[in-house]
Amino acid sequence: MAASLDVNGKTVSVQAEPDTPLLWVLRDELGLTGTKFGCGLAQCGACTVHVNGDPVRSCVTPIAALSGAKITTIEGLGGAHPLQQAWVRLDVPQCGYCQSGQIMSAAALLAATKAPSDEDIDAAMGGNICRCGAYQRIRAAIKEAATSTAAPVVAAPPAAKQAQVEADVDEAISAASGATSRVQRGEVR
Amino acid sequence: MNAPVKPEGFSRRELMVGAAVVGGALVVGCSPADLMSAGSKVEVGAFGPFIRFEPDGFVTVISKHIEFGQGNHAGLAAIVAEELDADWTKVRVEQSPANAKLYGNGALGAQLTGGSSAISNSWEQLRKAGAGARAMFVEAAANRWGVPAGEIVVKDGVLTHASGKSAAFADLMADAAKVTPPASPVLKDPKTFTLIGTDRVRRKDAQGKSDGTARYTQDVHLPEMLTAMVAHAPRFGAKVESFDADAARKVAGVVDVFEIPTGVAVVAKSTWAARLGREALEVRWDEAKAEKRGSVEIAAAFRDLATGKGPADQKWESFGSKGDAAQAAGGPDGGKDAFEGVYEFPYLAHATMEPMNCVAVVDGNHVRLVHGSQGQTLDQLNAAKIVGTLPGSVEIETLFAGGSFGRRATFTSDYVAECVHVAKKVGDGKPVKLVWTREDDMRAGHYRPLVAHAVRVTLDKDGLPATWRHRIVSQSIMKDSPMPSKGVDQTAVEGASDSPYLKATPVVDAQVAFPEVGVPVLWWRSVGATHTAFVMEHTIDQLARKAGKDPVEYRRALYAKAGANRHLAALDLAVEKAGPTASAGWTRGVAVHESFGSVVAQVAEVKLVDGAPRVGRVVTAIDCGTAVSPDQIAAQMEGGTCYGLSAALYGEITLTDGAVDQSNFDTYRVLRIGEAPLVETHIVPSVAPPTGVGEPGTPVIAPAVANALLALSGQATARLPLVRSV
Repeated sequence: MAASLDVNGKTVSVQAEPDTPLLWVLRDELGLTGTKFGCGLAQCGACTVHVNGDPVRSCVTPIAALSGAKITTIEGLGGAHPLQQAWVRLDVPQCGYCQSGQIMSAAALLAATKAPSDEDIDAAMGGNICRCGAYQRIRAAIKEAATSTAAPVVAAPPAAKQAQVEADVDEAISAASGATSRVQRGEVR
Repeated sequence: MNAPVKPEGFSRRELMVGAAVVGGALVVGCSPADLMSAGSKVEVGAFGPFIRFEPDGFVTVISKHIEFGQGNHAGLAAIVAEELDADWTKVRVEQSPANAKLYGNGALGAQLTGGSSAISNSWEQLRKAGAGARAMFVEAAANRWGVPAGEIVVKDGVLTHASGKSAAFADLMADAAKVTPPASPVLKDPKTFTLIGTDRVRRKDAQGKSDGTARYTQDVHLPEMLTAMVAHAPRFGAKVESFDADAARKVAGVVDVFEIPTGVAVVAKSTWAARLGREALEVRWDEAKAEKRGSVEIAAAFRDLATGKGPADQKWESFGSKGDAAQAAGGPDGGKDAFEGVYEFPYLAHATMEPMNCVAVVDGNHVRLVHGSQGQTLDQLNAAKIVGTLPGSVEIETLFAGGSFGRRATFTSDYVAECVHVAKKVGDGKPVKLVWTREDDMRAGHYRPLVAHAVRVTLDKDGLPATWRHRIVSQSIMKDSPMPSKGVDQTAVEGASDSPYLKATPVVDAQVAFPEVGVPVLWWRSVGATHTAFVMEHTIDQLARKAGKDPVEYRRALYAKAGANRHLAALDLAVEKAGPTASAGWTRGVAVHESFGSVVAQVAEVKLVDGAPRVGRVVTAIDCGTAVSPDQIAAQMEGGTCYGLSAALYGEITLTDGAVDQSNFDTYRVLRIGEAPLVETHIVPSVAPPTGVGEPGTPVIAPAVANALLALSGQATARLPLVRSV
């Protein structure tokens, strides 16, 4: 059946049963394959996306729960988010398969905690497994991004991705960085 | 594959025999290279199979090796760029097609990424490729400008002459392509390297792996593609007896349900539909030939064998014995005052982040595979056998893989073959993506073998080993190889058989037994060293205590006796960089091990938190010959240490009545960020050719931690993992 979702700032209609996990709608229906399947049981974090700015495991989140919610995936971060820049600068990825989820968890952390301590990082990132063991670079990159003075830069999306990302990348990045949820909470304008 | 397959164990002659076994009558009389190239569509450009110059000024380096985290694409590209004097910022890496003739691994005889050999087997090959192309550009420029070739300078992809003439690679491409490649290109003096060995050598895939655009098998979507899941037997060796597909067929999106050799396949229009369809399936299994023992029983049988309590008719094979074996460690009954140690290691799953998967298209006699192929030649042979075609008619597009650690290279191409079976049945050239869930992946076997060691050592008047008796009991990884290997299966004894400690011991009685068990086993990052490094290094610390010696000094004495200069240098560097004292509240353990041609020494700082070991600072020294990309070497030491530590602390696959107990990360615990150590990497300066990096960082941490715990509590560690959940 048809359902409507707000993904990366764009309203999309998908053909899927209400109990279908968001992960498979993103990947199979919308072609947003940056969000990965790792365990299907909310154990590894590879499928992490933001729902209203909060990190959630899309592999166990049925789309029925997402009516009206703003969903942001790794594609919605734009490619030049300070975390993504730090990830590239420090050569964090090895096999890379977990990194979309790592970055989405880290983006939610930084949105809530501007200068996270090691304990903050352990708590926020503890649900994201990296079997290559890139953990010490993940930690270093989060700290580097946290101290980065650069505002999130929106790279021009490649032509092929234009249709997915549309012109509303700014809003998606706001959502990704948690600004939207804080707007909703009335904490910021 | 991470197998340290020695050239003599995997020769071209044997591969041909193996190919004949796998490919049947089709292949008699062909060499493997002929086989692999038959029908393939590789068009080699003017600059050879590894380099292409692009009109946009970029240089494309074609990698014969898959990148699944090890960073080899960066290193391979750097080797070419160095000799070419290319602009490193304008170098791309592309994955090669499957063709053993052009892209075979020089160390293994087939197109295969394994044995930590990507850089080492490509070193001369890619230096020559880069130097040859450079010479062609220089000659083209000399001809165009009418100046002597020797006066032309190449830097960052631009050729210049003192007269002021200048041209980029892209400007000279057409001319250079017409130049005859030099037969023996002149290689640079390594002292003049400007890229290799610097921190400028960085990954080329970090952006794509940070923004979600890097493409993995799981991400492949082709027109009309169907997704398949397969119901597998709960016990190894069981077969389908019968199945009821009525309910599965009623699931929306399910297209077909049918039996294949490994189970019952559900084919659907989406991943979720395939999963729901499989859940609705009812299968009855014929378990007459299934392995029904539990891991407790298997471990007990192995321990009994290792300690001399097993059946008398068990066959034993010698590795590295010397001297009067009857007297080793006081003879079979043991000498008074001998050191005795018995060690046990569990089955381990690789548990890659991306579960096994494959995309296959079977169209008549033509097969196209799109996946993270680790052993392209094996995948070609196995797919060809299923479809009844020539291996050269199997095209492979190799993608990034979300980790392997050895899992993606099996002799049977297990999950690839499964996908080909499904795609063949679907037919009509329709693409099929086989998806394994985490549970499928974890319960599919191909584990690091369960292993038992028994060691008995007597010491001489100086406290050094006088006699050493060693028994290893393991399943054989190479037993099912289509490439029959000569002599002892080295994957079970490497790291012990070539140990400097045995070299320094006058009398050695070392034997290995390979009992039959129905659990499929496989190489697992660092293979034999996963257990032999632990046994040798933890035993040495216990011997040092027995002799009243400091463990570092004890090793130095043994390395001196064995002439193990690289071990000594790595140990000295790690100890020096660690500094004289441990951080307050932490206890140090040291371990050193050589694998895949590289020596790694670690000083690990350990403390107990709520009774469980916590590892903090780990100072690492590695001698890996010429360090092509130091930052990636550091990354492999960091990651390899985490991989080894994860197994040492938590890794254990157990079986109850033959069924695997673990299914997902809730029951197969792995290391998480809060438990990760801080690894410092120091590289021993060397001008020798490069040696392995991907695996040697994995096996050292477990004995280093055990040695720290020994120092902390006086208790030795007799079995892994250290933290047991089952």
